[in-house]
Formats: sequence, C-alpha cells, structure tokens
Amino acid sequence: MTLSSFVVRNTFRNKRRSLLTMLSISFSLLLLTLMMSIWRTFYIDQGPPDSVKRIITRDRVSLAFFLPAYYREKIRSVPGVEAVVPMTYFGNVYKDDRSTNSFAQVVTDPDEYPKVAADKIVPPDQLLAWQRDRTGAMVDIELAKKFGWKIGDRLTLQSPYFPVHPEVTIRAIYTIDPPVRSLIFNTKYLEESVDWFKGQAGWYLIQVSSPRDVAPVSKAIDEMFQNAPQRTKTESQQAFQLSFVSSLGNVKAFILGICGAVVFTILLVSGNTMAMSIRARTREVAVLKTLGFTRQRVLSMFVGESIALSVAGGVLGVLGATLLIRLLTHSSVAIGVPAGMRVTVPTMLASLLVAATVGFISGCLPAYNASRTNIVEGLRHIG
Amino acid sequence: MAIPISYNIRNLKLRKGLTIMTALGIALTVTTAIFLMALLAGLRRAFVSSGNPQNVLVLRKGSEAELSGGFDAALFPTLKVLPGIAKDSHGDPMVSGEWVVVIVLPRKDGTGEVNVTVRGMMPDGLELRPSAKLIEGRWFQTGQREVVVSKSIRSRFSHANIGDTMEFGKGSWKVVGVFDAGGSAYESEIWCDVNQMASDFDRQGGYSSAYLRATDAIAADALKNRVSDDQRLKLEGVLETDYYAKQTSSGAPIKYIGIVVAIIMAIGSSFAAMNTMYAAVAYRGREIATLRVLGFSRPSILTSFVLESLMLALLGAVAGILLMLPFNGMQTGTSNAVTFSEVVFSLQITWEVAAAAIGFALIMGLFGGLAPAWHAARQNILTALRG
Repeated sequence: MTLSSFVVRNTFRNKRRSLLTMLSISFSLLLLTLMMSIWRTFYIDQGPPDSVKRIITRDRVSLAFFLPAYYREKIRSVPGVEAVVPMTYFGNVYKDDRSTNSFAQVVTDPDEYPKVAADKIVPPDQLLAWQRDRTGAMVDIELAKKFGWKIGDRLTLQSPYFPVHPEVTIRAIYTIDPPVRSLIFNTKYLEESVDWFKGQAGWYLIQVSSPRDVAPVSKAIDEMFQNAPQRTKTESQQAFQLSFVSSLGNVKAFILGICGAVVFTILLVSGNTMAMSIRARTREVAVLKTLGFTRQRVLSMFVGESIALSVAGGVLGVLGATLLIRLLTHSSVAIGVPAGMRVTVPTMLASLLVAATVGFISGCLPAYNASRTNIVEGLRHIG
Repeated sequence: MAIPISYNIRNLKLRKGLTIMTALGIALTVTTAIFLMALLAGLRRAFVSSGNPQNVLVLRKGSEAELSGGFDAALFPTLKVLPGIAKDSHGDPMVSGEWVVVIVLPRKDGTGEVNVTVRGMMPDGLELRPSAKLIEGRWFQTGQREVVVSKSIRSRFSHANIGDTMEFGKGSWKVVGVFDAGGSAYESEIWCDVNQMASDFDRQGGYSSAYLRATDAIAADALKNRVSDDQRLKLEGVLETDYYAKQTSSGAPIKYIGIVVAIIMAIGSSFAAMNTMYAAVAYRGREIATLRVLGFSRPSILTSFVLESLMLALLGAVAGILLMLPFNGMQTGTSNAVTFSEVVFSLQITWEVAAAAIGFALIMGLFGGLAPAWHAARQNILTALRG
C-alpha cells in the first residue's frame, strides 16, 4: 500500500466525521470564494476592453442632479474626446412593482450612442431603424428572451422620476457579454413629453481615444466646469460603478473582515477534526511506529490527511460558489448583482490554496503530538 | 427522570480543547452575525431617533425629500398662522423655514470625498430640535457666515474644528460650535443661518422645507392634514418621525448581504457542532449504556445531549458577544438613499442584538445536537456496554 492510498483510506475511514468536516469547510470556503469574487469584480476586474476607454461626467454632488445640455459640446471640445452622449436614467419599473420585472431603462442620443457603445453588437439595419424612429427602443437580447419581445413590439413604460408613460417600439436588439439587461430609447422623445426635462441630461458618457487619455481628459473636463453653475465629477466607467459600491460604507474592510472570520473558522473546524481523529488512533500510531515507520512518515501521513480533507471541502465550496454566482447573475430576482461577476480560475485556485494551507496548519499540531507518542504508552492506550 | 445538567457541564469541562475549539467556531459565526445586526440597529437608531413626534415637516406636494423640494417663501406667513402650532421662547409660533443642500467634503483620512448635508435654518430651528445639544463653542448667529457642525462631522472631516473655516457656497464659513445629535440623522449635518445660505446658493425667496412644532402629538397629526389639505398651499405635511422612518431603507443592501453571509456561516458551524457532538457520543458509548442500565430513559438521554449541544452553543454566543463588545459604538457611514448624503451611524450592540445572537447560536446548537443525541439515545445497551 502506498503512502497516498493509505492517507486517502484513512481520510474516509470515519465517513460521517469526514463528511461533516468536509461540509463544514465547504460552506466556509463557499463564502470565501464568494467574497473573493465580489472583491475581484469591484476592485480588480477592468471590465470589457472597450470600457477602459469610457469615462463618465456627472454632477459633482449626486447623480440626482441633471447637467445642462450645453455641457455636451463643451466636453466634445476637450482634446482626446472622441464621442459624447447624454444619458439619463428613466427608471427600472416594468409592468408592476415586482423586482423580478425590473430592468434599467435609460434615454440617450441614438445617433451617436453606437460610437461609445461599440461592444453592444446590433445588426446594422436594426440600428438604422432605431435611429430613424423617435419612439424606437433598443433592448438587450437576454431581456427580449425573458419577456418574449420581438422587433416591432410596443411597450408602455413608467417611471418613478418622470410623470409620463411613454410608448416605445422595439426597433433593435443588441448582444453584449456580459449582458447588461437594459432598454435604451431616445432622449428627445422624453424631452418632448416632459417639459422641465428639456435641455438636460443625467450624465455624459464619453469615449476617449486611448486608455491613456482617461486621467488627463477627466481632469480637463472637471477643470473646465470649475466655475460653471454646476461643477462636475468625471471618472472612468469602472470608478463610476464602484462609487455605488463605496456609498454602502467601508466595503473593503467589510469583505476582509468576513474573509478573516471564515478562514479562522475553517482552521478551528479542521484542527478540531484532526485532533479528534488522531486521538482515536493513538494505538494505531504506536503500531505503525513498531512496524518501523519513522516519525516524519507518521507526521506527513496525518498532515496529508488533514490537507486532503480541507481540499475536498474546498473543491465542494468552490463548486458551490460557482453555481451560486451563476444562479445569481442569471436570475432576475437578485437586483444589483453585477452581471460580470464570475468565479475565475485564479479565484478558484486561490480558494483551494487557502484550503490546503489551512489544512496543513491545522493538521500540524495534532500530527506532531501523535508522532511523538511513546510506543509503549500508545499501545496501552484505550481509546 | 432527567439527567442532571452538571453531568453535561462536567463532560464539557473534561474535553476542554474540543469544547473551546467548537465554541470558538460558533463564536466567530455569532460575531459576524452580531456585527451585521449591530450595523442595522445603529442605522435604525439614526433614523428613528431623528424625528420628533411633535414636528411636522412641510414639503412641496409630490416631493419625497427635502432636497428635491422647494416652495415660494410667500407661502411661509400662511404656514406660520396655522392653528395648532406651539409657541417658542419669544411667544411666537415655533416654525423654521429651511434650505438643505448637499456639498462635497474630503474625508480626513484621505479616502475620497463624501456628500454632506448643510442645513440652513431660522433661529427656531434649534428650538425645534432639542435633542441636539451644544457640546462646544456656541450656536451660529443670524446674519453671520457661521456654521455649527455635528460631533461626527468634526471627527471625520478636516477643517471642521472650532475656529476653522469651511469653503462652500460663495465663500468661507467660520466653524463656531459643535453639537451632539445623539446618534440621530442630524449627526451627519452642518447647520447655519438660512438667509446667509440661501443667498450663497442663489435660492432667495424660497425654502426647501419648513418645520412646524405642534402643541402635542395629536395636534401634530391634525396640523399635518391641515397643511396637506389646504388647496392654496400646494404643500404636503409629513410627521418628521415618518419621514425618517422611511429612510431606514438605505440599509437594505447591508441587510441582504448580511442575511446571506450569516446563513452560510451558520450552516458551516452547525456541521462543526454536529461533528463535536457525534464525537462526544462516540466517546461515551459505554457511559450512555450505563446510564440506561441505571434506569435513565431514552428521552432523557436525548434531552441531555441536546442540552449539552445547546450549552456549547451558548458558550460560543457569549464568547462572540464578548469579542464584539469592544467594537460597540464604532462609527461608520453609508449613503442615504433619500438625501444623497452620507449618514453617519454607529455599531449598536443593543439587548435585542445580543438576544438575537444567542437565539441564532442556540438554533445552530439545536441543529448540531439533534442527530447525535438521537443516535446516542437509540444505541443498543448490550453492544455499547461491550464496546
């Protein structure tokens, strides 16, 4: 019998104990993987390649305040700016208040919009149809599938912010990965029906020539409006999205705190199990030593067992997290879960590495104690 | 006949290492749960304690918040003479026309900028909010470019000490006092004279809101309706307490994340507790059989082991609460979904939070203990005695 098969057999000797330990570790690692994925989505992920060239200008204080329409041409005059479109959040309610029916509805300028959203793939004839119809709308393919919409369908929208119920016709269906599940229609159409909204925009979405321009252009825009009636805040699309997250409070510390608690919990659980399992085998250790197994051999056997258990739990946890995140990003119930969130291979490996390390550390002390047992005493042990 | 609890206590003591490790595992889960619950309790307190039940907040009809309100100052005299308004210290109706704006201030620790609410008020505004106590310096004076800041604003932002000047609107403002709003939503505000502020933000001739103090809580309700029903005014009256209670929804994301995290960790900990209890049962097979021979019934064995598991969980809960106590009162901020400005609140480990934590741990203990206890009670006496 080889050392590794000996370890594997021992790991699953007490099936119930191993299973419970594994399950316990797997839930902790599920949480750890989830937290790491959230961290990656918020702070590491750069988003799709096109988005690194996009910046957003909004009111310095809050998105709730609209910017004047003439800002658009002023922004366009800044060197490095390739395209500018006005964007306004119309609402997210559809049919009724149920969150399962909720999706983002924004208005923009259809003529220039394709320049800043080249990653949204639309058939050219549909795009043209959308640009020509002032009451036309463009929707995400996932959204169209969910509600069973086809080109030419008419929808009535409603908004918590605008006192109107515009009727729009679906003229184009776009595809993008990851899906953004939004409906986009013409800002002019909204301006026509809402008097006070004329000549305003919620924010400006800007395409710059290269990723290197992001910082200088953002700075130039904000400086230009320094003494204007409304000061602006310009930042990358990534930072813009992150600002929604940071408004929740100190999210980084929050995530780190949970991760710390989780890792420590696994350490305890795993250490506990190993201590129990090794104690029950005191006599066996003595027998092994009588047979000529060295201390190092015994030590590595037990540590190996501990690592095997943790990693097995880790695999379960990572799989669980992957499944959970896939479920969340594809479900319409969980609003606010970024569609781009997924468990990447490095995240998985990191989780498993944590599992293995924890298994190693937690196995060391009980295994060391076991390897030091006096043979005669061990043989006498009644356990 | 029941097995005495001291039997379980002795057993827990006997296997100290195992008990401590399992209890610590439960403690960590409880800690996380307490942290989240204390956050929510603090947030709730910030909003619930903000309103005075006798205060009626007047907004433009259809506007949901002070920030998106705004009405003509010409309406103010009509409001002032409505019946049911209490008298202030000068014998005049206790009313305050106010302007609320949001400004951006850099954080003291350099981690970015935060939206802060600046509230311009009439002198009666201070009388309307007796819960805010001056702790240093003096209140602002009418007609002066002076501000008073809350205690937490002073500690979180630079240039917010007495004698400092703050830059916003059309120039600089002198900080002359610091007030303590007792953890309410005012804890996130800067106060100053309404006319000075209105001219700085070109808002003369209007107010974003008005506060009226009713003679009592019943009069407040009537006053609220009187404002809303008056066709000339086109204004809406809300009880201040209701206005703030609605803003508690800002904590919804924390709540949902918290529930998910707590449940996942609780399941993991239940498994760990189950493991420990199974081991306890396994070690004591012969002991349990002996107890049975002595005449203890199966139900009493079952109860005894469930109790032991519950005690283990209780130990964990107490440890968890003790671990979290040093963080009680720690301040943090989150964005207010209604006012777009940051609301500062502190972690509040209230009795309710502690009780909920203990309940949460006991549920884990129950889940962890039931199956092993069942297993213990069903053991065959003879085989166990031989084993």
